[in-house]
This record gives sequence, C-alpha cells and structure tokens, in this order.
Amino acid sequence: MLNITEKILARASGKSKVSPGDVVFVNVDKVMIHDVSGPGVIAVFEKLRKTGMKIDKIWDPERVWVAEDHFVPAADKISAQNIVSLTNFTKQFGIKKHFKYGMGQYGICHTLSHEEAMVLPGEVYVGGDSHTNTTGALGAFAAGLGHTDIAYVLLNGKIWFKIPETLYFKLNGKLPDHVMAKDLILQIIGDIGNDGAAYKTMQFGGTGVSEMSVESRLTLTNMTTEAGAKSGIVEPDQKLRDYLAERGVTKYDEVHSDVDAQYEKIYEYEGSEIEPTVAKPFSPENIAIARDLSSIELDKAYIGSCTGAKLEDLRAAAKILKGRTVKIRTEVLPAAISIFRKAMEEGLLKIFLDAGVVVGPPTCGACCGAHMGVLAKDEICISTTNRNFPGRMGHVESQTYLASPLVAAASAITGKITDPRDLK
Amino acid sequence: MKGSIIKYERDNIDTDVILPGPYLKIHDYAELAKHAMEGLDKDFHKRVKPGDFIVAGKNFGCGSSREHAPIALSYSGVKAVLALSFARIFYRNAVDGAFLLPIEIDESAYHDISDGDSLEVDISKNEIKNLTKNKVYKMKPFPELIGKIIEAGGLFNYKP
Repeated sequence: MLNITEKILARASGKSKVSPGDVVFVNVDKVMIHDVSGPGVIAVFEKLRKTGMKIDKIWDPERVWVAEDHFVPAADKISAQNIVSLTNFTKQFGIKKHFKYGMGQYGICHTLSHEEAMVLPGEVYVGGDSHTNTTGALGAFAAGLGHTDIAYVLLNGKIWFKIPETLYFKLNGKLPDHVMAKDLILQIIGDIGNDGAAYKTMQFGGTGVSEMSVESRLTLTNMTTEAGAKSGIVEPDQKLRDYLAERGVTKYDEVHSDVDAQYEKIYEYEGSEIEPTVAKPFSPENIAIARDLSSIELDKAYIGSCTGAKLEDLRAAAKILKGRTVKIRTEVLPAAISIFRKAMEEGLLKIFLDAGVVVGPPTCGACCGAHMGVLAKDEICISTTNRNFPGRMGHVESQTYLASPLVAAASAITGKITDPRDLK
Repeated sequence: MKGSIIKYERDNIDTDVILPGPYLKIHDYAELAKHAMEGLDKDFHKRVKPGDFIVAGKNFGCGSSREHAPIALSYSGVKAVLALSFARIFYRNAVDGAFLLPIEIDESAYHDISDGDSLEVDISKNEIKNLTKNKVYKMKPFPELIGKIIEAGGLFNYKP
C-alpha cells in the first residue's frame, strides 16, 4: 500500500515500510553540486576543518557530479575564482563527472541530470539547488538541499528526510494544441498556492501525463518547487525507458506505487480545459489566462532555463517565430550544449536568428538575475523560467511574467502578452 | 534567549529578497550579512542588532536552496525567525547549519507581536514571553530530531 516515493525512501533507509511523518536517514545514490553550491560546500568543509575535522576524502566520488551553470560564462572575477575553486575541489576528491563550460557538453544542472541520464529510476538523488525536484520525472526521489546538508552527504552518504505526504495530480486526456505542460503546472500552482505542497511530494499521472513526452513531464516536476514541494515524481513507463535507452542506459531498478497506494489528496484536471496561462508578478501562484493580459506591454522575452529551454521548448518557440520578426528584445538560451547542437541540426537556430533573436550559451544567469541580461528598473519581461519574485531577474522594481515557450514566443512577436492562438 | 523584534507583516518572504541572486557568488559570511534582506528592506543592515528576532507570516524562506539566506541573517546578528510557517529548505538549512532558530508561532502571537517588542524565547518550555507587552505565547514544539540537532549545535555535531 505504499506509493512510489514511500517505496524508494523505505528501500533507501533499509525499512520494509515507512509512513508520512516518519523521520529517517536515507542512503543517497547520487549528489550534484554546481558553481554556487559547490563553493558553498567548500566553505562548510573549511569551517569543519577549523574545528579539527580531517577531510581528505569523500564518501564516493563516483556518485557525485558537478555542473557549471549559474555564473558561466564567468560574470566577474569572483565568479571566475569560484570555477577555479570548484575545479580544484573535483581534482582533490577524484570527482570525474565535471561538466565544464567550454569543454563539450555542459549546461544547467537539472537539464544535464536528464540529458546525460545522471540519475536513474528508483534512485535517491539530492542536489545543491532547489529545482533538483526536476529529476523526479525520471522516476527517482529528487530533492534540493543546502550546503551544510550536501557537505554531510558528501562525507557520510546519507541524510535525514521526513517522509512526505503525497499529493496526486491526475491529468485526464491530452493537453490541447498550443497548451503546454508549463500552462498546466502554472494552473496547479495557482490552485494550491505557493505553499500548497509544502514539505510534500507532488506526483503526476493519468492518461494526459502518460501521453506527455519526458521533457514535458520534467516541466511539471521542475515547478513543484514553486508550490513548496519536497519533490515531484512521475512513475516510470515505456516513454521513460525509451528516453533513457536513447542515452545508452537500460539497467536500473524501477519502483512503482502499489495498486492500493495511499495519497493525501487526489486532484483531477481535464486536459481539454487547460488554457495558455501566465503567472503575473510577483509570485508563481499569481496566475491569469494569457488572453486576459493582452494589454500588457513588454520589454523583453526570455526563452531559457531548466524549465523552458529543453529541445521541445525550443521547437515550440521556433514554430511561432518561423518567418516572423520579434518586436521586443528576445533571447533564446538552450539549457545544455547537447540541446544547442540538436537545435542547430534541426535548423531552429536559423529560425531564431532570422527572427532577430539573440541566441546565447546555456546559463542560469538571467533567470536568477545574476548576469547575462538582467532587467532594468520598470522593465517587463515574459519568461519561460520558473520564478518571478521581486528582483528575481534583475532590478527589484522590474517585473517578470512566467509563461510557456509558445506564449513567450507569441508575445515576442507582438510586444504584448499574447495567446499563441491569437497570433495572426 | 532575549531579543528585540524586526517585524515584516507579510507572507512568502522569499530567498530572492532575503539574499538577492547576484550575491550567490559570495561565500564570505560577513560580506553576505551586508546584503541581508536587501530585496525587501534596504535599511535592514542598519537596523539589525546582535540577538534580534525577525517576525513574519507564512512560508518564510520560500524559493531557492541558497544557504546564503540563513547565513546572511545569522551573520547580521539574527538569532531566530518567528513565523507562521517556513519553506522546507530554509528550515533545514537554518537548523542543520546551526545558523538560527526557525520558530513556528500561531496567528494570535503573530498579530500581537509588534515591531520593536522585546521577547524572551525559552525552547525548553516552548514558550515566548513578550517582555514589552507582558504576555506569554506558545511556540510549536520542534519535532524530535530537529530538537536534537539544535541541542547538538548542528547536523555535524549530532550523532544519530
């Protein structure tokens, strides 16, 4: 009678059964750090050394992987130094899976987690980033942690978790044309609120999710963080197996919910009723129907990030941008080099350039307001990213509207928030 | 533990306002403290005194996993945040890193406590005394493991 999350956590804590609310130490299968959380962990190690602790090895370098994503290309001298520190760290501890900027495949950590199949079904995966939840679409338990907790995992191979209650979101039927997984997850967050899933797991299923691509499912789990969830998850199926097989991985230990699994609550959505949806400033829960915002004038459209720059996101944007010209500053940043390459091979980059769009390298930079195109005071942006708190993408008095790649691209053409169905 | 209150009467105070994204590259704790609450209250670093408590609404610390957020508050002198509820990563970062105490209070305490009030927190009794208003509130007890980690002085000092 256990659901998939409870079964994964029971197995990883050596118990036959766990119940929501139990606190357990869980053995971890994979750990990720990036150029923000990595230096954070290094600072924790330094603090521990000052207390007399000897740290000359970590628990298992084979289970650790590293991304350079937040401040690449190096935004300034401090960012450049952080990359050097991270490189020294991986050398010192023998971590081989370090995706380096400017050396072949690299990209946003959450994107690499699925593009490179770094995490497999049934595993317990923790990352030093809140959107680690993304990877739950691969049928794994995936949760974000801070620097101290990641440092603890690196030294001990385990960490405590409270077993979460699970909210089950059932999508009946396919989403209509011009509606994407982003619209559905914004609708869900609007319904349950910023803390509607706090400390809980959001599981997605139903015929609509079965029909969805793995990339679309990743958009759903990515934004569970915005409802306060500990994790998001989708049960493995043939689509996932095919996706992993394309990446050369066929061996893993799938976990599935029992037939009589328990959920705290089941929410049902009819695919046909979901519309192009936008989250207004300054919260992902602050949703509206895109059509109701058609008078909002924009300064910029941003198609990037772990949420909204996967290959199918770029294909969706290209479908709209093909043969048209943008009216506002528009940026497309594929979320990983592998996606950048496929976009080039499919001719998407040419469509973007022909439309007047600038295409940039994978980075988290603008999404978190750090560099690579931040917003000025009073500027208004429509973005395929996941968060729009005050100052998130630049000046504290700038504004971000969150939307699907289709809505963002349609809005780039008109300069106003635009439902792709209304584009002439 | 005694301190005076800096109150923000709002929900969902997120990590982007507690410690804005551009400073994520900084790992010097004293430097981070200079930017604490910058996205919400430019004068915070001038107002805050060692031992102060922050009072806020629900879902405090939502958003990013950046440990910079509790670090910046802690190195500003903040000893505890008293809120209606906390986002999960902020909560465990605060406790596991022993940066500050995340204390859950109820609606009546939240509305009763004013900016500038003097408070005394006694976690052994789960009690908060408002020395300015001469009142006593209950705090939500820490779950067992959290209590033990706090007592040990952070996750690395805790022996399971």
